[in-house]
Amino acid sequence: MAEALLTLEGVHTHIGQYHILQGVDLTVPRGGLTVLLGRNGAGKTTTLRTIMGLWKPSRGRVTFAGRDIAGLSTPDIARAGIAYVPEAMGIFSDLTVAENMTLAARRGPPDKARLDWIFAFFPALRRFWSQPAGVLSGGQKQMLAIARAVVEPRALILVDEPTKGIAPAIIDNMIGAFAELKREGTTILLVEQNFRFAAALGDTVAVMDDGRVVHRDRMAALAADEAAQTRLLGLTLDAHQ
Amino acid sequence: MAATSPATTSADSLPEARRDLAPLLVAPVLMVAALPLVGSLPTWVTLTVAGLAMGMMIFVIASGLTLVFGLMDVLNFGHGAFIAVGAYLAMTMLVPLAGWVQADSLWLNLAALALAVAAAGIGTGVLGFAFERVIVMPVYGEHLKQILVTMGGLIVAEQAIHAVWGGDQKAMPLPQALRGAVVFGDVAVEKFRLLAVAVGLLVFAGMQLVLNRTKIGLLIRAGVENGEMVEALGYRIRRLFVGVFVAGSALAGLGGTLWALYRETLTAAIGGEVMVLVFIVIIIGGLGSVGGCFLGALVVALAANYVGYLAPKIALVSNILIMAAILMWRPQGLYLVARR
Repeated sequence: MAEALLTLEGVHTHIGQYHILQGVDLTVPRGGLTVLLGRNGAGKTTTLRTIMGLWKPSRGRVTFAGRDIAGLSTPDIARAGIAYVPEAMGIFSDLTVAENMTLAARRGPPDKARLDWIFAFFPALRRFWSQPAGVLSGGQKQMLAIARAVVEPRALILVDEPTKGIAPAIIDNMIGAFAELKREGTTILLVEQNFRFAAALGDTVAVMDDGRVVHRDRMAALAADEAAQTRLLGLTLDAHQ
Repeated sequence: MAATSPATTSADSLPEARRDLAPLLVAPVLMVAALPLVGSLPTWVTLTVAGLAMGMMIFVIASGLTLVFGLMDVLNFGHGAFIAVGAYLAMTMLVPLAGWVQADSLWLNLAALALAVAAAGIGTGVLGFAFERVIVMPVYGEHLKQILVTMGGLIVAEQAIHAVWGGDQKAMPLPQALRGAVVFGDVAVEKFRLLAVAVGLLVFAGMQLVLNRTKIGLLIRAGVENGEMVEALGYRIRRLFVGVFVAGSALAGLGGTLWALYRETLTAAIGGEVMVLVFIVIIIGGLGSVGGCFLGALVVALAANYVGYLAPKIALVSNILIMAAILMWRPQGLYLVARR
């Protein structure tokens, strides 16, 4: 297995009085796509937000590229090379598509070749480049959210349920985009409920329950093991095709 | 990087972006509607210019507050402190410049005013920095505490003004060249009101330029909408908070100077007195919207002047009526920006 780019060791996160993460141990290998599965309320989104520093861990260690980032601020974590696509997408509706992309490109104006690559997967973004992002459809907003995360190369991309409520044709384009990102060496940690999408892209999988990672495996192995799917997730992947 | 060619989706159709122009029509409609009611064109012009001047001054004061609310989610009831302190600093600056203020030269008058405005802006900017660090920063995210401590800050500032400048009413005479009116036919327009309109338009244009043409402006607009996402993109929004708070405080100082010159007198309560109007304006405009704040200020000020002339008995409630009418039409203000 490839070396770990991101490691969580015994991470606990409290939100107010609620103890959400209860000792998460997770390893994300460099250059692969790790899928985080689990029932609703298992702690998947909280895990991503904790990695991103949006919620501070009350205990435990988060190591990214050999550096403990648990105590860093969110901007510092982003600058360390982690991009985040939240479940709600976090699009700035009042800004145009171009302005959204400009903000995401911290080093300067977005690179033209990179934009062409993005437009190849998400052509709507070129068409609506000068339009306020608020007028985009849900699928197009998701394209923009992902495009914003990849407008500059990042070492790790955290993506929270990108296919939620999205048309199948757009999901196919997302699969192509994520596959291309993997080929260029980007590491991706993906929270996903769409098993077809997860199985198509995932290299490794971690299953969460009650604020802990309860199972780790290769995605292909879990996809082939209906008994494990039923035990861990309550359903088989085939039931979600 | 090798570009691949995925299938083009059929989900690309969406409505063309439409600019929301309806709020732009409110002030012109109000002006046109007032003309037959007022009856006399010269009177209408005088009232309209007075309303525009008053609106510009309120906009200058309120624009910083609406950004502070939109970006920082801070309910700053102490904004009036910057208005009052700015006015007092400007008055203090004008004392040694009395020769320039009383001279018949427009340029000397304007130079004196520029120095007074600079003193007010710099002084309130520094005060704003301290206010944010000491009073506001400990209560980010806690609205009730924000109201209490910023109100407390306003009270402390007013008492400090009494201690430094005394509790009596001060005179704030207009420079010589700005006294009186310019006459166009039957219409007389006070010179200072023209200056106030010009200053307000300059501030509005400058803010639009910064907000729409610079990366800082993009960050402010994005931060008003979703500060957490701005941080997740790698920007330190806390620094932006401080910068916007300082700029908003300096604008309040500038607005306080104009307001004191408009009234030609000032007391320590000048800030608190105008804050009701300022809150009405930022609520009408839509919390966090500079454009909405501009339109809201014009509508409130025009309505106040027309109603004050046509039906003085209801002048005091006209602003509340305008706010109620606009919120019935658009419950979140003329332009919705901050979604909380």
